[in-house]
Amino acid sequence: MSAQGLLSVSAAPHIKGRSSIPRTMYTVVLALLFPTGAAIYFFGFNAIKVIATSIASTIVTDYLMKKLRGRAFALDGSTVITGLLLALILPPTTPLWMVAVGAFFAIAIAREAFGGLGQNIFNPALAGRAFMQLAFPLAMSTWVMPQGFKPDAVTSATPLGGVTAEPAMLDLFFGKTAGSLGETSVLAILLGGALLIALRIIDWRIPLAYIGTVAVFSLALGEDPLFQILSGGLMLGAFFLATDYVTSPITCWGRVIFGVGAGILTVIIRLYGSLPEGVCFSILIMNALVPVIDSCVKPRPYGLKRAKEAG
Amino acid sequence: MNTTNRHRAIRHGIKPPDKRCATDSPIETPPLPRKVIIPLRQHQGEAGKPLVKAGDRVLAGQKIAEGEGVLALPIHATVSGFVAGIISFVEPKSGQVEQAVAIDSDGQDEHIKPSACQDPQALSKDEILNRIKEAGVAGLGGAVFPTYRKLAVPAGKIIDALILNGCECEPCLSGDHRLMLEYGKEVLLGLDIIKKLVSPGRVYIAIEDNKADAIDNLRRLISEMSLDFEVVAFKSRYPAGAERLLVKALLGREIPHKGLPLDAGAIVQNVSTARAIFDAVIRGKPLTEQVVTVTGAVNSPKNVMVRLGTPVRDLIEYCGGMAAEADEVVLGGPMTGFAIADLDYPVTKGVRCVLVKEAAATEEKPCIRCGSCLDACPMYLQPFLLARCARSGRYDESCRLQLNQCFECGCCAYVCPAGIPITQYIKMAKRELCRKADGR
Repeated sequence: MSAQGLLSVSAAPHIKGRSSIPRTMYTVVLALLFPTGAAIYFFGFNAIKVIATSIASTIVTDYLMKKLRGRAFALDGSTVITGLLLALILPPTTPLWMVAVGAFFAIAIAREAFGGLGQNIFNPALAGRAFMQLAFPLAMSTWVMPQGFKPDAVTSATPLGGVTAEPAMLDLFFGKTAGSLGETSVLAILLGGALLIALRIIDWRIPLAYIGTVAVFSLALGEDPLFQILSGGLMLGAFFLATDYVTSPITCWGRVIFGVGAGILTVIIRLYGSLPEGVCFSILIMNALVPVIDSCVKPRPYGLKRAKEAG
Repeated sequence: MNTTNRHRAIRHGIKPPDKRCATDSPIETPPLPRKVIIPLRQHQGEAGKPLVKAGDRVLAGQKIAEGEGVLALPIHATVSGFVAGIISFVEPKSGQVEQAVAIDSDGQDEHIKPSACQDPQALSKDEILNRIKEAGVAGLGGAVFPTYRKLAVPAGKIIDALILNGCECEPCLSGDHRLMLEYGKEVLLGLDIIKKLVSPGRVYIAIEDNKADAIDNLRRLISEMSLDFEVVAFKSRYPAGAERLLVKALLGREIPHKGLPLDAGAIVQNVSTARAIFDAVIRGKPLTEQVVTVTGAVNSPKNVMVRLGTPVRDLIEYCGGMAAEADEVVLGGPMTGFAIADLDYPVTKGVRCVLVKEAAATEEKPCIRCGSCLDACPMYLQPFLLARCARSGRYDESCRLQLNQCFECGCCAYVCPAGIPITQYIKMAKRELCRKADGR
């Protein structure tokens, strides 16, 4: 009993499951440690510098924006994820000040300006990356082959650039290829993705629909489907970017539509657009369509014949 | 008699940790309370009209209030003694001022002479229903709907299945579990009476598989008594005992929108209600007691046979008192129970659990659209949208989103990682819609 002998009164339910926002977010960070480890292994100090700068910048920006908006600042893991993901989709040699600017955009504009966590329409990391693509086009298309911790990096085009000879599939799978920090090692991404699916943090429908659509659609257009799904940012995008809760549909079928749409757009941009990689913009476009998807695809409530009657 | 080995399961819902700490101890009968407070409104429908006044001597089982209106049910004294008076109190769930008959017990526990029935076979359906009504039996699974009305099946309605609900899916409750172990015969005989009333195609007894001993006991009794009932085991999941989900899992069909189980050809009754029916029809005993699980942060959790009207304080004392850190008392299970502000509040019909706990501080974070609530909702609603509409006062929109299909099981709030009290928002929206409809 409280000191005055008064009873506390609260509303049902009086017990709570173990899930919480920090728990979910930090589990994603844990899964991201696989691609992060691969990034550091393949790209050495560059990787460490970009990742550290990105995470630090996102946290500082979040703190400043929360102060500006008069909200409480707390590290619940969502900002760390954005910082880490942004770093993983950047070229290893990105100048650190550009990383900081991109991180600022991702948090301040793409997330906080929309109302903070839960209110943003666009995936903040991808929005930051798209902004950097437009603001720093040269730096965003400078790639290097993996050198580990050796000092001299050799510039190279990515496999999707189409300039170099097509690398071996195994190189694409393990990560011995040029690309952004986190996208090169498909193996690491699959390990992280499998962990998140097993822990039921992400819905398996999105990666399956996205990757499956890219494979099928590219095959139909005469491309090598295995090459298409192993190269570029598709794996990282399918498991870690398209699956962001806030910016993806909330129903199962909605998520399938989201994955299929992103897959079609990715292949179109890759084959017919002027950019070599389509993942970033295709997910951003699908993000914009999420409210439409959610209003069209609704669960059928118990006792009603059609979901339409649910309003 | 046949049994099935396939365990049925409901879809969605949650699996809370199974902390039923009073399960292994038999039902105990605490000493008579010194005073009982018997509210005049204990079930759905109008409040009763008192037949007694201060100073009257009453016997246990004596009718002290007559029901009013369509859902009328009489209310009985549960101890013998003198009426202290008609008191007013604030009902915690509705916030309305209600009246109750307060009786000071004389410690003698003198009962009225029960009108036992020697030959139940000779009773007509109307006579059985009348006995059930006069005994004041209401649904003891929590809904507290007058049983005689539920069992008065309109002519021409076919009942495919009579389902006895022994799921007791709320964590912490074990009263029905013990009842099935210790009063199995009475429960089955009560079920047999219901069977006679509604003439169902089949009779099922649904029990969660975490009560394997109860399943075995009832199967054994059914075979000994040569009854044609089928015990169906359900995978333990909350809210498996919700009648809409039971009907869907057993019959494969959904109760239609705004309908009753009757509309799907089913009737669902709780285990305790079946025993109360047995008492009412065969023993002629009115509903004066029910099994309550007293658990949580009490020093010795127990299942107790409680006289209705007993103050909660007495039960907690009987169970060793509240633990030092406890400061909240919930009547009902942890998922749907309501907290009381006054330990002298009485146990009423349908209250099956007294849960003592430490209040937990919660903080509401923004919704991250994770979709966990959609995955948990047994009615396939979109709880996060309902909460959002309720917060911004868009009650009509929440109505279109089928707000009224929600039976407030609490699964959505349980799973929400952001700690949003979705169930509370939904209740608030329902209340606001009622107020608007009443023109207030």
